[in-house]
Amino acid sequence: MDTVLWSRIQFAMTAAYHWLFVPLTLGLALVMAIMETLYVVRKDDFWRKATQFWMKIFAINFAVGIATGLILEFEFGTNWSNYSWFVGDMFGAPLAIEGILAFFMEATFFAVMFFGWHKVSKRFHLASTWLTGIGATISAYWILVANGWMQNPVGTTFNPDTVRSEMASAQAFWEVVTNPVAVSKFFHSVTSGWVTGGVFVVAVSGWYLLKGREREFARRSMLIGAIVGLVGTGAVMLSGDSSGVHAAKYQPMKLAAAEGLEKGGPRAPFSIVPGVEIPGMLSILATHDIDGVVPGINDILNGYTDNEGNVVPSVAEKMARGRKALDALAVYRELKDSDPDSAAVVRKVLDRNVQYMGYGHLEKPEDVIPPVPVVFWAFRLMIGLGMLMALLLLLALIFSWKDKLDKKNWFYIAALCCIPLVFICGQCGWIVAEVGRQPWTIQGLLPVNVAVSSLSAGAVKTTFFLFLAIFALFLVIEIRIMLGAIKKGPQITEN
Amino acid sequence: MAGLVKKVWLFYRDGFKNQTWGRPLIWLVILKFFILFAILRVFFFRPVLAGKTDAEKSETVGENLTRNHNNTQTNNLNEQPWIPSSGPVSSLP
Repeated sequence: MDTVLWSRIQFAMTAAYHWLFVPLTLGLALVMAIMETLYVVRKDDFWRKATQFWMKIFAINFAVGIATGLILEFEFGTNWSNYSWFVGDMFGAPLAIEGILAFFMEATFFAVMFFGWHKVSKRFHLASTWLTGIGATISAYWILVANGWMQNPVGTTFNPDTVRSEMASAQAFWEVVTNPVAVSKFFHSVTSGWVTGGVFVVAVSGWYLLKGREREFARRSMLIGAIVGLVGTGAVMLSGDSSGVHAAKYQPMKLAAAEGLEKGGPRAPFSIVPGVEIPGMLSILATHDIDGVVPGINDILNGYTDNEGNVVPSVAEKMARGRKALDALAVYRELKDSDPDSAAVVRKVLDRNVQYMGYGHLEKPEDVIPPVPVVFWAFRLMIGLGMLMALLLLLALIFSWKDKLDKKNWFYIAALCCIPLVFICGQCGWIVAEVGRQPWTIQGLLPVNVAVSSLSAGAVKTTFFLFLAIFALFLVIEIRIMLGAIKKGPQITEN
Repeated sequence: MAGLVKKVWLFYRDGFKNQTWGRPLIWLVILKFFILFAILRVFFFRPVLAGKTDAEKSETVGENLTRNHNNTQTNNLNEQPWIPSSGPVSSLP
């Protein structure tokens, strides 16, 4: 395997590892904030102890997950240096804001949350708990602004002098921050974290019931977990719908791959599994109109007319224009000092074709097709598991609300089985998002084979296995500490 | 102001000191940061463009962006009459 593939595998592994901790952090943050609010409002000490227990689980997850995202930034500089420089101007602001927020909000309020019981007022402590979760959520927003820009690079212009995508004004920054892809991605990711947190709380509560322990704590925790998870599920569905609409608009190849749709058009069918289709459903989901055009893979390769009546050129034409842009870039760089007048003329050629610059690096039109089976099945697995989680959470809500949790071993065991499944569901979502946009690191501008650094595959392979060993070790440590904490339990004396 | 700083310092110090179950977690975080910054960053993840000026970085990345392309493609700036429609880029006026 070559450097590009190893670099991609390494980045995918690091991102997937990071995403094991983030959704649980976001979900548990909401669960414990709600529980502490109940403690402050109802003045019931039960909720303080329950909050402290889930806070402990939150802390273990946070401690192991902390800084796993930093490794991604190491990889940017080492494995993806061309990409890193290309996006540096654009990524600088959101990542700096994220870093400052993460440091100040989380370091301050996290410490008050853990060290501040009985040292600060109840209300200040409650505010700190909420602000820890809100800080983590805002952090996620800035990261997803950066990710959303890679999927839909708005608000920036390519500067051939610096070879960077740059934000020219405050207006451009605003465009980047309010990028519709980033906004829907943010809601989809964060609320999927609520589902993860909800399922985790339901499952751990189920384990206590299975063991005949902490019955009241488990019932009440299950109720809160189910509510958080179900609210998350509803929000995931709404934001997923808007993600689908945005994919159709900005990344039609991703949608076509997720659907395995070779030939599209109006009234495009939604494929449940190969051979089982709902006519017109894909058009409804992707455009909110049964007659809306959803292009298939072949339509995108050959060119088509979109729903606004714009003619989208074929990939071959985009490649020709991309090559023109790259030629112009090379000539511009050669002439800009020695012959500024000619360079200015060439610059105009570049500017006219720059939106297709990335296509100039492709060898053949089919290079724009991502691995269809991977995206297709990851999408189905995500939706299928998401529906299973919704069913679990609904049952948990009904059973705990009606206090009918006794002797439901099948349900407790099913809930425990859902812990790995909810994480797989989240990972599948990222596979659809990230594998689905291949071959691009930045949609239309920079393919992965150009974004990568000139390193030997052996060097990347070495760090890959090093990470694999370190990640596995830390994961085992986390699971052991977490299982220890769960086994010990909340130690609430129940009547 | 000094009083506030002292209060904050004592809050953090006592918080860390009085940890029970949190103690192994703090050591875990310290160990992780050590591995990340003292080992991985220093020996395995040196930024490829580190040590270069911004102009040099632009030059390197510009070269990388156009190099592979120039190796495989011919110049096609033929919408500009003064630029030859074929031949290596370096031969352009």
